[in-house]
Amino acid sequence: MTLLHTRGLTAHYGDFQALFGVDLDLQEGECIAIIGANGAGKTTTLRSISGVLRNRPEAVVFDGEKIGHLPAADIMGRGLVMVPEGRRLFPSLSVEENLSIGTYGRKVSGYWNFDTVTALFPILRERRKSPATALSGGQQQMVAIGRALMSNPRVLLCDEISLGLAPVVIRDIYAAMPQIRESGASVVIVEQDISQALKVADRVYCLMEGRVTLTGRPTELNRDAIHAAYFGVSA
Amino acid sequence: MMWIDTLVQGVLLGGLYALFAAGLSLVFGIMRLVNLAHGDLIVLGAYVILIIVSALGLNPFLAALVALPIMFTIGWVLQRVVLNRVLGEDILPPLLVTFGLSVVIQNALMQGYSADSQRLRPGPIESASLDLGVVTVGVMPLLTFASAVVVIVALNQLFYRTALGRAFRATSDDPVTAQLMGIKPASVFAMATGIAMIVVTIAAMYLGMRANFDPTIGPARLIYAFEAVIIGGLGSLWGTLVGGVIIGVAQTVGAAINLEWQILAGHVAFLVVLAFRPRGLFPRAND
Ligand SMILES: Nc1ncnc2c1ncn2[C@@H]1O[C@H](COP(=O)(O)OP(=O)(O)O)[C@@H](O)[C@H]1O
Ligand SMILES: [Mg+2]
Repeated sequence: MTLLHTRGLTAHYGDFQALFGVDLDLQEGECIAIIGANGAGKTTTLRSISGVLRNRPEAVVFDGEKIGHLPAADIMGRGLVMVPEGRRLFPSLSVEENLSIGTYGRKVSGYWNFDTVTALFPILRERRKSPATALSGGQQQMVAIGRALMSNPRVLLCDEISLGLAPVVIRDIYAAMPQIRESGASVVIVEQDISQALKVADRVYCLMEGRVTLTGRPTELNRDAIHAAYFGVSA
Repeated sequence: MMWIDTLVQGVLLGGLYALFAAGLSLVFGIMRLVNLAHGDLIVLGAYVILIIVSALGLNPFLAALVALPIMFTIGWVLQRVVLNRVLGEDILPPLLVTFGLSVVIQNALMQGYSADSQRLRPGPIESASLDLGVVTVGVMPLLTFASAVVVIVALNQLFYRTALGRAFRATSDDPVTAQLMGIKPASVFAMATGIAMIVVTIAAMYLGMRANFDPTIGPARLIYAFEAVIIGGLGSLWGTLVGGVIIGVAQTVGAAINLEWQILAGHVAFLVVLAFRPRGLFPRAND
């Protein structure tokens, strides 16, 4: 069943058009990856889905409901939760408080809570009283993912969770992905690291200059096709 | 001896200024809104208490209790209907709107209650005093100061121990990400202004019992509140108490030297602190 789809998604920053009709489909339980060069429109796509940028109602459909026009807080309330680019932790909140903000003002039930999140990322339990921004980059990324998980999302939108992190740290973070998917969340990841994306995703969308230039399963895509879709020239 | 007395009176007076300032500090800390009508809202609060006193024949303390939910509601509605619409990147619209609100409140009170000065009369407690050996202090100033401490402790608890407080801090840190986490800034801000109005009501009660008031005295209270907030460091509640105390002590010391220097001494203290600590005594790390 299609859990989430976008149809003709557009986005503007002032006069500048960043997206030109992006169509995405996410099946229940699936993990899709959006890849593309810097400035391709990946973050803008996630912002449009999560309500930071508004659209026509029918441009984003979640669980059969048109949500393109809804404000971010309402979309989050429906279970589409973002791990934003650059982590965006709240500096005046401790690690524990950052995690708990994901449950503010709503009754949440499901697999994820403080205990299960800190079992997934044990270092967060140790450091739970520290200000979130006192942690290392990798640990901060764990907080950002944990904060989103605390609300028991139906769709987790991850924007470049490997950005700026050392390979071993990236490995640790992606090691959490199977358990996140087992908990029932469908996942959209945005990655510049193509090999990482091909490893975890069921399907891949390649974005270039605000348009989808290639889609398919990792096994169906060859390097040359991805290269062409990524940079707009053949290798 | 006389100096100790002057100092103590100043500290206690600082409690009143801290009460003026705490609501302003709270609102600024959460939404970066400088409410130029803050002093007039305090005066409005005093009139609301006065109305309840005369309508129900209550003591001002009880009348203030009745006024609390009314003032909370006024604040909540004001934020939802007016102030939320003008908050944004540009700081000028909220300044203009709250300036306008200040004029509107003053004129409305003038229409309704004329320029006559009014007073809240709490009864014998007004002139009661406590002999502490070294100094004799009035019960009312003592109660005012104690209330300021209680208010600041309570606001700190709210800020650092409750889910609403976390939402306040998160929204203040980063409103866009707060929305991504399901927080609605419009409702968080409405709660903040409602709570600020509870503090305003407590300040109004002590203001009205300490001295005469009339519809025009709001802006001067706003100045003291501003100075206390800025001395303390924007957004720091304990800093606001310290700021109030510094102004209070400066005023009583100034008055002890020469009665005409009272008000001036408070402003001078403000300027001196600002000259050495432009960000106030307890600035927030991430401002
Ligand atoms: N806030 C903004 N204002 C103006 N232009 C922006 C803004 N954010 C992104 N853009 C532009 O939109 C395009 C897509 O950006 P983005 O979605 O961030 O790309 P990606 O995440 O794929 O690197 C880029 O050309 C970028 O410069
Ligand atoms: Mg991006």
